[in-house]
Amino acid sequence: MNLHVLIPELLTVALAFVVLAVDLFISKSKKSILQIISVVGLIGIAVTTVLFCQKGQLYDGLLIVDGFAQFFRVLVLLIGATVILMSGKFTTRQSEFPGEYYGILIFTVVGGMLLGSSAELLTAYISLELMSFGFYVLVAFDRYNDASNEGGAKYILLGAFSSALILFGISNVYGLTGSTRFEEISEALNSIPSLSPGLIVGFSLIFAGFAFKLAAVPFHMWAPDVYDGAPISVTAWLATGSKIVVVALLVRFLLQGLLPAFSEWQVIVIILSVMSMSVGNLLALVQTNLKRLMAYSGIGQMGYALLGIAALALVTDQGSFILDNTNAVVNGLIFHMVAYGISSLAFFYCLIEINSHTGREDIASLAGLSKRQPLMALVMTVSLFSMAGLPVFVGFTSKFYLFSAVANQDLLWLVGIAIIASLVSLYYYLMVIRQIYIEKPDENNCIGISKLSKLILGVFLVVMTLGGIFPQPVMNLIQVASEAVITVESVLSLI
Amino acid sequence: MVNFFPESPLLILILLPALSGVVLWAIPSEKKNWIRWFAILISSIVLVLSVGIFVVFDSEVGGIQFQSSYNWLDMPGSWGDGSGAFALSLGVDGIAVMMVLLTGIVMFTGTIVSWTIETDSKDFFVLYFLLLSGVFGVFVSLDLFFFFFFYELSVLPMYILIGKWGSSSVFPRFSRSKEYSAMKLTLVLVGGSVLIWITILGIYAQSGVGTFNILEIQKVVEENFSREFQIIFFLFLMIGFGILAGLWPFHTWSPDGHVAAPTAVSMVHAGVLMKLGAFGLIRIGMELLPEGAAFWMPLLIGIGMVNVLYGAMSAMGQTDLKYVIGYSSVSHMGYVLMGIGTLHILGLNGAVLQMFSHGIMTALFFSVVGIIYERTHTRDSLILSGLAKKMGVTAALFTVAGLTSLGLPGLSGFVSELLVFIGIFQSYGIWGIVLGSLAVLGAALTAIYILRLIAKVFFGPIDPAWDDQKDSGYRERFATGILVFVILLVGLWPFPFIEVIESGVAPIIVNIQGLSS
Repeated sequence: MNLHVLIPELLTVALAFVVLAVDLFISKSKKSILQIISVVGLIGIAVTTVLFCQKGQLYDGLLIVDGFAQFFRVLVLLIGATVILMSGKFTTRQSEFPGEYYGILIFTVVGGMLLGSSAELLTAYISLELMSFGFYVLVAFDRYNDASNEGGAKYILLGAFSSALILFGISNVYGLTGSTRFEEISEALNSIPSLSPGLIVGFSLIFAGFAFKLAAVPFHMWAPDVYDGAPISVTAWLATGSKIVVVALLVRFLLQGLLPAFSEWQVIVIILSVMSMSVGNLLALVQTNLKRLMAYSGIGQMGYALLGIAALALVTDQGSFILDNTNAVVNGLIFHMVAYGISSLAFFYCLIEINSHTGREDIASLAGLSKRQPLMALVMTVSLFSMAGLPVFVGFTSKFYLFSAVANQDLLWLVGIAIIASLVSLYYYLMVIRQIYIEKPDENNCIGISKLSKLILGVFLVVMTLGGIFPQPVMNLIQVASEAVITVESVLSLI
Repeated sequence: MVNFFPESPLLILILLPALSGVVLWAIPSEKKNWIRWFAILISSIVLVLSVGIFVVFDSEVGGIQFQSSYNWLDMPGSWGDGSGAFALSLGVDGIAVMMVLLTGIVMFTGTIVSWTIETDSKDFFVLYFLLLSGVFGVFVSLDLFFFFFFYELSVLPMYILIGKWGSSSVFPRFSRSKEYSAMKLTLVLVGGSVLIWITILGIYAQSGVGTFNILEIQKVVEENFSREFQIIFFLFLMIGFGILAGLWPFHTWSPDGHVAAPTAVSMVHAGVLMKLGAFGLIRIGMELLPEGAAFWMPLLIGIGMVNVLYGAMSAMGQTDLKYVIGYSSVSHMGYVLMGIGTLHILGLNGAVLQMFSHGIMTALFFSVVGIIYERTHTRDSLILSGLAKKMGVTAALFTVAGLTSLGLPGLSGFVSELLVFIGIFQSYGIWGIVLGSLAVLGAALTAIYILRLIAKVFFGPIDPAWDDQKDSGYRERFATGILVFVILLVGLWPFPFIEVIESGVAPIIVNIQGLSS
């Protein structure tokens, strides 16, 4: 047993219990200490992970901690810390139980961390459930708010259903290949000439389940209501962290487990991708609530992620695999998820600050923001431009990189659809920017923000801009991650 | 070679305007004059630099000069570790030099004209400089990624610039709000860039060299780009870039956008930004897809002719001064498109010179209209009359721009249009005579609407409402004076300019003609 590779996860679990325990002993007025403990703890764990990380396998390869897992582990820790930093407004004003909120949120972080290193379907399932159960509670945490309760109920019902789909799919795959480990599934698929109907059903169900978690069309129905009902900080966590780690899991599963059947499932992913890009972005056009807008725009963004997944390999007419460009595609995919994560977090951060002043969530509530709070207006505009994929911000660079890599896999037509979809998305992002910069404010009082908020906004601004104009350092980190996930035996044996 | 000339002036051209935004932000908003003087300082440095590049550029050597390259982002693939897949490669040929010069002049005059902006002048200059940084970037990039990067960058600030500092137009039966125009402009232009983006990725994937460098891709054009590929994707480029160049029937954003924009932005937009489209068509379309270019050129020249006539006739029907100029831009860009369509060295020379000449001329037009609008608060030619009695210098400036526009000999428009006509006559035989004559007819139509406008607005009995108008101030005279000087210079002594242009145009034409023979 070399449990030391799991130290970051163990530390995070310990942190969750510390937070829950401290909550019992401090008076109600001092609950903000919990936030500080959680943020400092998570960042500390992230730093520890980077400095003292050890790579290795656990439980005979059920959990693989490699560069890829490492990258997503640190990423989830940092996103989690940011989300907790954003949660102060909610926990102090609306919630009576901040300890539970932070504790459960940290447990979802643990689930997310494990997803990136799972190399076996049941481990992945358990990690996914660990994360999802936390979310079921968090979404409904605003317990005297009907919308929050409705969102939570919807999420748990549909979430349980999708989990059942995944489980049923896993049982099919296990029955027909004899294993749930990615590596052994890959070997089994290599040895059979074509997929049996049972396997096709199994894989389709697993895809459906994951598509639900990603909110890809047509499994997206839950997203707008859940995003709308949940506290904004939970929405931010749901929109960024949970999506990113599921994409990470999918990349590992599809590369290391399902690559031999690539030409069969590629069609499914392409269909999901095209539908998500088009439906998500088109429905976003008519939204008036910012959280619902972000829900639909997030659906569209997942379409771009699926676009990358559909381009993981290139199969020639003779059936041989060309994996030359896979590295670039995985790079682009990870880069775009990071860019999307940063931009969305920046947007939600601003939204929380504004919401705590105006109490509104509709687009019109942003009217004249550039007069009332110039820095926040700038950060929000930059995040929107970044999500729309306009230079000089990180979203443009990542999108261009991803699309170039995908175009190299003979999927130029698909990239064309994606580019048109991002044109559609520009319209609704511009409608928000119009409110911020062009419309006159309803009320003239300034929105005051604390020094800490200014600092955080500044960091967001710098990261979004630097990521766009000086991306090589980030790309070096990503390269390590994607190399780790590609250079495994089950992938190399296909070439 | 001058010693004190900076090592890579092109990088400074891009970075200086963009980075000056950071300094501007540090200046407190109340210090309006500091902001203005700082903006003028930056744009005069840029002007000096762009004139310097034009002077130092050696037209006898030709080719691409001031080359420099900086690795930016790697992309692994079948071509190896992919270092330098995305690289900031800079360099200018004869065509780009002219465009850099044009941008430098328009930027400087635009900054001076913007002195009068009172609301949030800091934000205005930050966005204005960001826009120009993008424009410079497009002209000097030798890398498809950065070409597109700067292309998008030059569209992005327009939305806020027009939406915030622009003006709405009210007509008897309908109105065009500035928000509407800004959204229309942004979406249509980004819509055009969708096609460009797809083409760039197509070229990248098809070339298989693993880099976006235009010069590297150019080496494999013949072996890797089939005829069908070139024909399909040149059409994409023709529409994508054509949208920005005001190609009929995708031109409708341009009058609306120009009218709604504040003066300096109209100057840059009509003067420089529309040239990006034509420039991109030459740089990417003709250099990387020569067979496609040869295939589609007859269509382009036909549409160019429609542009000339349609734009001129639409301009005749307008009463708003800015709309007249907006449609005349559409008409004049038609000559540029026709010149490109000739695939003839004289025609293409003329097209590039027309890009330059129209840029200066239209900047002059918009600054004069800006002067009038600031004083009278209307642009309606039905209301304005007899202004020359009170605003003599302004009237003279407008007349110069008008005469350039209708192609009076001795002014820059004459030289460029003449070259385009000769190119058409020489390259298209009997059809050339028909098309050329129709294009000359366009110039005659221009004379009608311009002279009629001058007569109505500046001459005739003065309306008592305008009795106490003041003439243009020294600042405005200085800015417009520069433009008039350039118009006269190019009109009277065009050869240095044509030599520079020809050094860039000749290799392109030789390359395309080599294919067909």
